[in-house]
Amino acid sequence: MNGPHDLGGQMGFGPVAPETDEPYFHAAWEKRALGVTLTAGAMGAWNIDESRHARESLHPADYYASSYYEIWIKALEVLLKRHGFVSERDLTAGKAVDPAATPKRLLKAENVPAVLAKGGPCDRPVAAPARFKAGDLVRTKTFHPTGHTRLPRYARGKQGIIEAVRDGFVFPDSNAPGHGENPQWVYTVAFTGGEIWGEGADPTLTVSIDAWESYLEPA
Amino acid sequence: MAHDHDHDHDNELDPFAARVRALETILTQKGLIDPAAIDVIVDTYETKIGPRNGARVVAKAWADADFAAWLKRDATAAIGSLGYTGRQGEHMQAVFNSDETHNLVVCTLCSCYPWSVLGLPPVWYKAPPYRSRAVIDPRGVLEEFGLTLPAAKKIRVWDSTAELRYLVVPMRPENAEGWSEERLADLVTRDAMIGTALAREPA
Repeated sequence: MNGPHDLGGQMGFGPVAPETDEPYFHAAWEKRALGVTLTAGAMGAWNIDESRHARESLHPADYYASSYYEIWIKALEVLLKRHGFVSERDLTAGKAVDPAATPKRLLKAENVPAVLAKGGPCDRPVAAPARFKAGDLVRTKTFHPTGHTRLPRYARGKQGIIEAVRDGFVFPDSNAPGHGENPQWVYTVAFTGGEIWGEGADPTLTVSIDAWESYLEPA
Repeated sequence: MAHDHDHDHDNELDPFAARVRALETILTQKGLIDPAAIDVIVDTYETKIGPRNGARVVAKAWADADFAAWLKRDATAAIGSLGYTGRQGEHMQAVFNSDETHNLVVCTLCSCYPWSVLGLPPVWYKAPPYRSRAVIDPRGVLEEFGLTLPAAKKIRVWDSTAELRYLVVPMRPENAEGWSEERLADLVTRDAMIGTALAREPA
């Protein structure tokens, strides 16, 4: 979707303002926000693509007014309600009022190190051979899907070169709405700054994205 | 940001802190999460997984040509050999700065970041100014970090749009010949491994 998250090339947000010796957390609640998000995700009710889509589906005004941990928590409330774990009445009361769906898993403290060390690999076998090879010229699709996609707007309809064939990966556009993993080949595609930004582009700039095969056509 | 915190503790009057606490309470009461698991997660990313991991990877690549070649070929395995695996580091790529090219990593769409080697991302990495400008005006962004690249230097921006996670291997500073990997690692900052800085010069 052409949501507030798709930020590449947008203007007006001001300077980056890096912090010197930035702490890992800027308030105690951010620690709990990180942990609640990860432990709730570990229930296994939604995948990473659905959670990303929940974040980018926040109203743009809300998205831009929120810090990243605030975005996580707001999206988490949506996911918990969608999957029957938390009700509006629970949230209003600030305590458990309604019964909850049964999760697939409960992440116990003693299992955290192993779960974090394992992660959640997203590479999957793809039966078909890769359509493209390194050095091929390709053009990215021009499309505006209303659902989740990982092809940023700034890189749509652009000609680039396949720099590397990576691996088969879960296809987010299909996985986010629960339509299955449907893995595809992923490629690193490089574009000149001029191809993407046109007039006034930095002539020394190359930008690359990692693109699923169905985002690409031969150029 | 809507909520700038100039204090490092929760304040009961902070509505967002209350909102997070309520959510944790509800999930705990329903038996859906283990609050002790949250403590372990926080401790892991405060004390165990951070940019020192990545610095050791870079230092080893500087000191050991065979490791550097492995890192270039199969970063996930090379990094895993040092014990750094797992969440948001499942599919690693290492990109090497050179005399010709400077590398910069961004996630324009969200906050993708190589947690296994750099830990949790800084706020600026996740915020709109960096995410919007890194791909269109990387030199301007780097200037804000105090880094001015030579005009002829090529800039390569890696937008982390899929599940690959990128680690920049900065150029090894001169005047650090014969240094141990442990000492070399002190020259490798988090920002140098994102690409918003160079490695430190030896004092």
